[in-house]
Amino acid sequence: MEPVTTTSYIVLGIALFMLLNSAALAVYAERRVAAFIQNRWGPNRVGPYGLFQPIADVVKLLLKEDVTPARGFKTIHAIAPMIPVFTALMTVAVIPFGDGLYATDINSGVLYILAINSLGVYGITLGGWASNSKYSLLGGLRAAAQMISYELPMGLAVASCILFAGSLSFIDVVNSQEVWWNVIRNPIAAVIFIVTAFAEANRTPFDLPEAEHELVGGYHTEYSSMKFGMFFLAEYMHVVVGSMLITTFFFGGYHLPFAGLWLPEMGVTAKAILDVSVFVLKTVFFAFLFIWVRWTIPRFKYNQVMKLGWKRLLPISIFNFLGLAVIVYFWHHYIA
Amino acid sequence: MDTKHIKNDVDPKFLKKHQESLYDALEDKHTTVEILDEDPLNTKMVLNMGPQHPATHGVLRLILQLNGELIEKAKLDIGYLHRGIEKIAENKTYQEFMPYTDRTDYLSPYSNNVAFCTAVEKIANVEVPERAHYIRMIGSELSRISSHLLWLGTMVQDTGAVSFFLWTFREREKIYDIFDHIGGHRFTISHARIGGVANDLTDDALAMIKDFVNEFPQELKDFHGLLDRNRIFFDRNRGVGVLPTERALEIGATGPTLRGSGYAYDIRDFEPYARYDEVEFEIPTRLEGDNLARYYVRMEEMHESIRIIRQCLDKLPKGPVRTDNAKQAYPSKDEVYYSMEGMIHDFMMTDTGICPPEGSESFHSIEAPKGELGYFIQSNGTGHPWRLGIKSPSYANLQALEDMLDGEMVADTVIMIGGVDPVMGDSDK
Repeated sequence: MEPVTTTSYIVLGIALFMLLNSAALAVYAERRVAAFIQNRWGPNRVGPYGLFQPIADVVKLLLKEDVTPARGFKTIHAIAPMIPVFTALMTVAVIPFGDGLYATDINSGVLYILAINSLGVYGITLGGWASNSKYSLLGGLRAAAQMISYELPMGLAVASCILFAGSLSFIDVVNSQEVWWNVIRNPIAAVIFIVTAFAEANRTPFDLPEAEHELVGGYHTEYSSMKFGMFFLAEYMHVVVGSMLITTFFFGGYHLPFAGLWLPEMGVTAKAILDVSVFVLKTVFFAFLFIWVRWTIPRFKYNQVMKLGWKRLLPISIFNFLGLAVIVYFWHHYIA
Repeated sequence: MDTKHIKNDVDPKFLKKHQESLYDALEDKHTTVEILDEDPLNTKMVLNMGPQHPATHGVLRLILQLNGELIEKAKLDIGYLHRGIEKIAENKTYQEFMPYTDRTDYLSPYSNNVAFCTAVEKIANVEVPERAHYIRMIGSELSRISSHLLWLGTMVQDTGAVSFFLWTFREREKIYDIFDHIGGHRFTISHARIGGVANDLTDDALAMIKDFVNEFPQELKDFHGLLDRNRIFFDRNRGVGVLPTERALEIGATGPTLRGSGYAYDIRDFEPYARYDEVEFEIPTRLEGDNLARYYVRMEEMHESIRIIRQCLDKLPKGPVRTDNAKQAYPSKDEVYYSMEGMIHDFMMTDTGICPPEGSESFHSIEAPKGELGYFIQSNGTGHPWRLGIKSPSYANLQALEDMLDGEMVADTVIMIGGVDPVMGDSDK
């Protein structure tokens, strides 16, 4: 582990600031993209092109009455919405945004991300339980079951990337993709990771903890005001974080395609600007994918989600991992 | 929370009473829920869905006994939108009552108008001019498309694809604009009159209908393209809510619900009214009886409706749109404004209305978008019906829901409700 330097603090500060803002921007983007898909205009009244709409949304949420159900568990009900926000914020600590631009490089960064990312579901499950509503409870239980089922294929998909990097550090994972992106070397895991990232972020088609139509909002049925706002923002932060992880693990992080082969040497500042722009562009694309999917396709049923997770994704990811392990072993020992 | 006195906290009197009434309701279905006061974990979860629930299409209430995500027993509670429309009819003249029919199945007002007017015409022996028949058919088929579009939007939305709702609503908007030009109302059109229709189709209404008929098949194709090969949509609907043919007939289900179960019963063909015997159309039928079958049936019905409208536009005869007998129908405004007799007749029609012979009674049903919509009228010789009964399709079709729900999953409830496509205004009257 490297010593904490001033750069770390600066990067962490900027990253957190950007992540918080990106949630607001994602809300705006979601509404505009949804409107575009549905032949509408979307928000276009508050500020230029409706850009201040998220601010208006948050102000509205702050002014709403904060209701706790009469027989709910008040403490947990209040703590629950904070958990997903914290876990989303904690992930940026290890993600490299550019060459040398990261808050910290811990040698088990990948494990850290997997651990932190799956903690977010506690907020949803506890919130569902503390609300004293059957709908919320069902939503919370669905979230827990879904998280357990999709954590395994996700972990295995990530593990098959680690085979190429040979290290659990994010920096090494990204640098191993300087020439060959993981999506080219390991396309099956890329698909599995994207699918599970959708499930982890509780987005359509895996939004059954929320299930607006049968569970009427699921875990956040009984939430109002800024407590609901936290769940709301956390969802978008998880979308952004999920996009960052997809980018980092499979789409070369801050590297341009085959950058190692053709990208000339350049100055530190120019390289930093290029790296961050590339990273942001990729993240924006995947965030758009999240939104695009959400407004286009229907939602799975509980048993279908379980079937997909345990009977399809898990065996495929196991065999993919084993197959790649054998190939990588032979490559290193006999060919290269 | 103080866990010592947890029972006082989670088991208050009102909730308990409420919970017991839910259990009683399930008891009617021979399902016993053991209430074990001591151990809440041993009691089965009873989920109350509605009447205030966004996906139950109005004020339908469901009581579900759950085993995890699985529904063990379902109980239906309807009647929250009962407005006593049948009783209101007894204090109205026939023509005065006609706008009330718009408010029963409010998604296909035109069909309801036609059903009621045809029933009155049958009991009072009123001849309807040819042109009026064709205009009524065009209106009915447009309202069928509009109703099915709403079903499509909400049903697909219930599976989770939110955008679809807005796409179908854009198409419905066109139909509403057409209705606006036909009768001056977008939603509750009240265009049919006893003895004909209120007014002839205007030129721009005709042009709009023609445009719609030409453009809509492409939209329908797009809908098919989006859904037919959509794996998630397919899996959510196939084999869900299977209703066998015999059971559907026993319950008395009609319309797409019955035709989706493999029984080709369509009153337009079985006992043609208006001029349905002069147009060609198919009766889409599927054998599976699941939600997907009902989806295909309704989608194909929209195709057939377009076909019927096309033929009606081709065959549309010239002539009057309301019968020329002032004892049976309102005289035209020209007569009312420029002749004394017309004025008197107009006054009499409004005051007394049409008087069917004493003691006569009739039942007439039409194929509304949701199924067989029938009006039963008994007359005592005055201008008011002595008794008016409505056989509403949603009421009969909803009875099938309890059968379908048992053994399915919670997430299926909403799409099964969507598949049956009830309108609570129609069901509860």
